[in-house]
Amino acid sequence: MLSQYFLNLRIGFFLALRQIKRASIWTTGLIVFVMVLTFLNLVVLSGILVGLIQGSIEQWHEEFTGDVIISALDDKKYIEGSANLIALVKSLPEVQALSPRYSEGALIEANYRTKKDTDKPDTAGTQVFGIDPASEDRVTGLASSITEGEYLSQGDYDQVLIGQFLLSQYVPVDDPNFAALDNVTVGTKIRLTIGEVVREVRVKGIVESKVDALTRNVFMVDSQLRSMIGRNDGNVDQIAILLKQDASPAAVRERLKQSGADREAKIQTYEDAQPKFLKDIINTFNMLGAAFSSIGLVVASITIFIVIFINALTRRKYIGIMKGIGIEGSAIRISYVLQSMYYALLGSLIGLAIVYGLLVPLIAAHPIDFPFSDGILVAPLGQTLFRVGLLIFSTIIAGYIPAWMIIRKNTLDSILGRN
Amino acid sequence: MIETRNLIKTFRDGDKETPVLRGIDFRVAKGQYVSIMGRSGAGKSTFLYQMSLLDDPTGGEVIIDGHPAAHMSAAEKTRFRLSHFGYVFQDYALLPDLTAIENVLLPLLMQGMRKSEARALAEAALKRLGLSERLHSLPSHLSGGEQQRVSIARAVAHHPKILFADEPTANLDSESSRVIMNIFAEIHREGQTIIMITHEEQYAKMAEQTITLEDGRITTTLKNR
Repeated sequence: MLSQYFLNLRIGFFLALRQIKRASIWTTGLIVFVMVLTFLNLVVLSGILVGLIQGSIEQWHEEFTGDVIISALDDKKYIEGSANLIALVKSLPEVQALSPRYSEGALIEANYRTKKDTDKPDTAGTQVFGIDPASEDRVTGLASSITEGEYLSQGDYDQVLIGQFLLSQYVPVDDPNFAALDNVTVGTKIRLTIGEVVREVRVKGIVESKVDALTRNVFMVDSQLRSMIGRNDGNVDQIAILLKQDASPAAVRERLKQSGADREAKIQTYEDAQPKFLKDIINTFNMLGAAFSSIGLVVASITIFIVIFINALTRRKYIGIMKGIGIEGSAIRISYVLQSMYYALLGSLIGLAIVYGLLVPLIAAHPIDFPFSDGILVAPLGQTLFRVGLLIFSTIIAGYIPAWMIIRKNTLDSILGRN
Repeated sequence: MIETRNLIKTFRDGDKETPVLRGIDFRVAKGQYVSIMGRSGAGKSTFLYQMSLLDDPTGGEVIIDGHPAAHMSAAEKTRFRLSHFGYVFQDYALLPDLTAIENVLLPLLMQGMRKSEARALAEAALKRLGLSERLHSLPSHLSGGEQQRVSIARAVAHHPKILFADEPTANLDSESSRVIMNIFAEIHREGQTIIMITHEEQYAKMAEQTITLEDGRITTTLKNR
């Protein structure tokens, strides 16, 4: 039984190899082209959809949270015992840099000097972060996000960096939910109100990014903000931590928790800190990608079905002759299944080369400029290989069925061309 | 070696029945060369298909080496055809994607032979039929006579018990036909059992015995030698 199976496999391979070798190069090329497109549809479509959000998440990670982010407990205004916690974090060997941040809600106002009593004040609500400019730059590279003006220096007095979406000239579409200041640019003075404290500050630089936490907020030197909010105990609101390469954020989070740090603060990896809606969008896009890909898979299956059906139908006489001289129907069926597999494998191999040799590195080097993220192509090898398997499996089925339909016909009817 | 008893074949098309074979009793001994003649529609090919297990009769029996074919399953018949029969068709019936040697190799490999053994047999069969220069030619690059010789090589390479030939010269010119018939005569001299349909009397007479079919029955049996 088993030996007969291997014999059929051997004959099937013998026939398939020769049919493929002697098939028209144009026909083979066209079928393989359809397979390549199907593969790209399977991998790239959902990869771009997910990559669009993944790009946003990576930027959130790299430009704002760092690898691990420590923030105040939900029922606390700030992290109590920040100094001890900062010392503990600094003592961890995995930590490369950290940036303690102060944070406070504020109102910024632009036209306070020129407005008449009847004019509406030009204001916007925002969050002000007090940072150590050098530490913050080491963790998040904030200086590189300054597109106009200059980055903060430790000695800057009454100077701020302002996110671009707080300035109306950068807001692409007016959104009544997010107010922006008019006629403010580098060098303009604006009024900053935190609680009862009002201070006039000068815009030193404009922050451009696709991370909302940067583009809708204001940054100033920590000592300046501390003096405005009257906090002298050294307790901060956030600590963003950059780890050394290959260090595990989850392992550092666990070590901090084991040290009891979670009693004073919320300790999250950048993944934990991702907004839930981003995770939901990724899942949704994955589903959408799978749905679109399924259509591609069905189209590829139908293509293979038609190709094999026509191939087997036009060779019906020869199939009859083979059966007539004693070639097993199973061996002939296997030859068609192997041909289908060949088309799917070749298409997938070319597709893999295009995806990993061209698209992934190309898009990583030149991300797609979406309005809210720099989209990348997410194509994890495991998932991609699963999709290759899916494509091959569906083409095997699509090749087997028409071959079975033709081969099962009466041998003599096939030889004589009778219906 | 092969025998038919009261062999009947009737084609049905809805309610309409067309009897083609009307009870044929026939026997071919081992090593015999028999030709079958008859007008078109007399039932020659249908008779050959029943004997060669390519079709199932409506009634009667085909007995091969004492075993009734009716007791064989479809798979057993396929294997029997592969191992014990050889076929030469009017239109050569070569597989267009396979070269001459590959066409001959295919059934040998299907019998489970090692590739080297099968290749040696296939080469020997083709060389014997004067095709040593055409081993790697595709059928489309061969003349009709050459294609038919490949077809004969495929049919006899495994030394079948019976060689069935259905009008092997019908599509050939007289020179090629003569070559083919001489090959048949030669392999018969070596002991090959042959059952051949032909329209041409001069070739029919090359067989030891000629039977004539008319309206689904054997009407004459002639000993040529």
